Amino acid sequence: MSDLLSTVVSAGTFEGNQELRSRSELTAKEVMREVGAVLRMSEADVALLAEVEADPGEDQTMIINMGPQHPSTHGVLRLMLELKGETVLRCKPIIGYLHTGMEKTGESLTFMQGGTNVTRMDYASPLNNELVFSMATEKLLGIDGDIPERAVWMRMLLSEMNRMSSHLLFMASNGMDIGAVSMMLYGWREREEVLRFFQKVTGLRMNHNFIRPGGVAADLPAGWRDDVLEILEMLGPRLDEYDTLMTGQPIWRERLQGVGVITQQEAIALGATGRILRSTGLAWDLRRDMPYLHYNEIDFDVIVGSYGDAFDRYAIRLAEIRESMRIVRQVLDKMPGGDFRIQNKKVTPPPRARIDESMEALIHHFKIFTEGFKVPEGEVYVAIESPRGEIGCYIASDGSATPYRMHVRAPSFVNVQALPHMMRGGLVADAVAVISSVDPVLGEVDR
Amino acid sequence: MTTDVLHDCVLGQSHGQQVLFVPKDRYIATLRKLIDDSYTMCVDLTAVDFLTHPGRTLPEAIAPERFEIVVNLLSMRDRTRMRLRTQVSEADASIDSAFDLYPGTEAMEREVFDMFGITFNGHPDLTRILMPEDWDGHPLRKDYSQGRIPVQFKGSAS
Repeated sequence: MSDLLSTVVSAGTFEGNQELRSRSELTAKEVMREVGAVLRMSEADVALLAEVEADPGEDQTMIINMGPQHPSTHGVLRLMLELKGETVLRCKPIIGYLHTGMEKTGESLTFMQGGTNVTRMDYASPLNNELVFSMATEKLLGIDGDIPERAVWMRMLLSEMNRMSSHLLFMASNGMDIGAVSMMLYGWREREEVLRFFQKVTGLRMNHNFIRPGGVAADLPAGWRDDVLEILEMLGPRLDEYDTLMTGQPIWRERLQGVGVITQQEAIALGATGRILRSTGLAWDLRRDMPYLHYNEIDFDVIVGSYGDAFDRYAIRLAEIRESMRIVRQVLDKMPGGDFRIQNKKVTPPPRARIDESMEALIHHFKIFTEGFKVPEGEVYVAIESPRGEIGCYIASDGSATPYRMHVRAPSFVNVQALPHMMRGGLVADAVAVISSVDPVLGEVDR
Repeated sequence: MTTDVLHDCVLGQSHGQQVLFVPKDRYIATLRKLIDDSYTMCVDLTAVDFLTHPGRTLPEAIAPERFEIVVNLLSMRDRTRMRLRTQVSEADASIDSAFDLYPGTEAMEREVFDMFGITFNGHPDLTRILMPEDWDGHPLRKDYSQGRIPVQFKGSAS
C-alpha cells in the first residue's frame, strides 16, 4: 500500500518548495525578492542589505507558520515568518488554500452567467467585481457608450455603497485584530444596514449578480431614496464615534503609527494600488485619474496619507467612507429616470410581462439564458477602483458566447505580495496589524 | 487592425486601447524603453493559451504561437495604459522574467508558471503559487479538462 502511495505521489510534477527556506540556504536572489529589486532601492538601503547578510554564522533565527487558520489572517492566508526573538526578519505569504479555479470556470460560463462567478471573488465588494466584468463585456460588444443613464448612475450608487460596506468591514476587522473588540461589533452593525439596503435592491446580501452586461438586473425598489438617506444620516454620527473611539486614542495610535511602513517607490515597483499606494502620499485614484461611469461629473476628494504606515491606511479608509457618502448624496440628486438596462435585443432579455403574451419573447428569453449571446472576437482590459485597489478584467473572446479567457487582476493578490516589505524588521504583534491594514480578501487572492 | 510602430514593435489598437506586439527576444529591452516612457507600474501580467483558437486577428507581421504573454502597464504621469502581447511557442515555453524591472511581477509570473507552465528565466523563486506543489499539469491550459462530478439521479436505471 505504501509503495503504491509513493508511486502515486512521485508521479506528480513536483515544482519545488513554496515554503520559506532556512537562512543558510538563502541566495542573494531570495533576498532581492524580499526587498524588491535592488535597482529600485537607494544606495543607503543597499548598503544596509549587505550588512544583513554579513553574519550567517549566528543562526539564532526560527521559522514559524502563521496561519492558514490564524484568526487574524482574514481567511486562509498562511505566512511563514523568520523570527529573531520577536523581530520579523523575513516573511513569505503562501496562498492558494482557497483556490477554486474561478478563471477556468469562467471559460465555460456564458457572458450572461459570468457575473455569478466573478461576484464570488472579492466577496466583500461583489458589486465592484460585477461592474468591472460587465464593463469589459460591454466594451467587447461595443455597447459601452449606449448604457442608459439611469443604469450608469445606479451602478455608481451601488459601487459607492459597496465601498462603504467594505470599508466598514475593514473597520470591524481592523479593530478586532488590534484588540478593540467593541469596534468589531460596531463595524458589523453598520455594514449590516448597508447590506440590508442591498438585499432590498438586489434580493441578496452578498454575491448579487445584479450588475450585468447591458445595465443592471432590475430597477430600484420603491422608497430606495429614503433608505439611502436613512443610512447616510445614521452613518455620519457613527463615524464620529469611531473617531472618538479610535483615531485620537493613544493606544490605537501607538499600535498603528510607524508600523508596516512602505515607501512610494516600493509601492509602485510592487504594483500595489489603492490604499497602500495612497498612504504613501501619491494621489492616484482611478475614479479621478482615469474616470469611468460618470465620476468626472462628481465632486469628491482623493484621500492620501503621508507616512505610508498602518495608521495612514486606517485613516484613509475612514475618510473614504465620508467621501463615498458625499458621492452618494450627489448621485441621489442626479439620478435620472428611464431604462435600467439597454434596449438591445441581443443582450437584454424581454421583460417578464412580455413572456406571458408572446411566444417569440418566451423563446428569446429561453435562448438568452441558456445559450447566452455571442461576443465579437477581440481582447480588452478594463480597470476600476475597487475598495482594495485597482481591479481589472482582461477578457479575450473568440466570438462565441463564453469568454475564451477571463482573467481578473485582483488587487489583493498583488497587495499581499507587499506584506514582506512592510513586515521587515517589525514585531510579530505588528505583523497582525500589517495584515489587517492591507485588508486582503482571500477569495480574491486565490480566485 | 490599424497599426503603427513604437520602439520597432507593431503598435495596434483594440477597442481604443494601445496594444504593443513585442517579439519574445526583445521583450525585456522593450519594457526597459517603456519604463523610460514613464510606464513605471506593471499592473498585470497574465497569459492566454490559444490552442483551440489559433486563427485570431493579429497584425500581419506577427506569427501566431500557442501562448501569449499579456502585460498591462500603467503610466501615472500620462494617465495612459499600454498592453504588451508577446507570442510564446509551445516548443519553447519560456520567456525572460521582468522581475528586475518590475519586482511586483514576481507573484504574477509564478501564477502564469503555475497555470500555464511557461517558465520565466531569471525569476528568483519560480514555484507553484496557487496549486499544490505536487499537482499534475497546468490547469488553465486548454488541453487541461475542467473536470466534473457525475450527477446521479434518484431512481434512475443505472
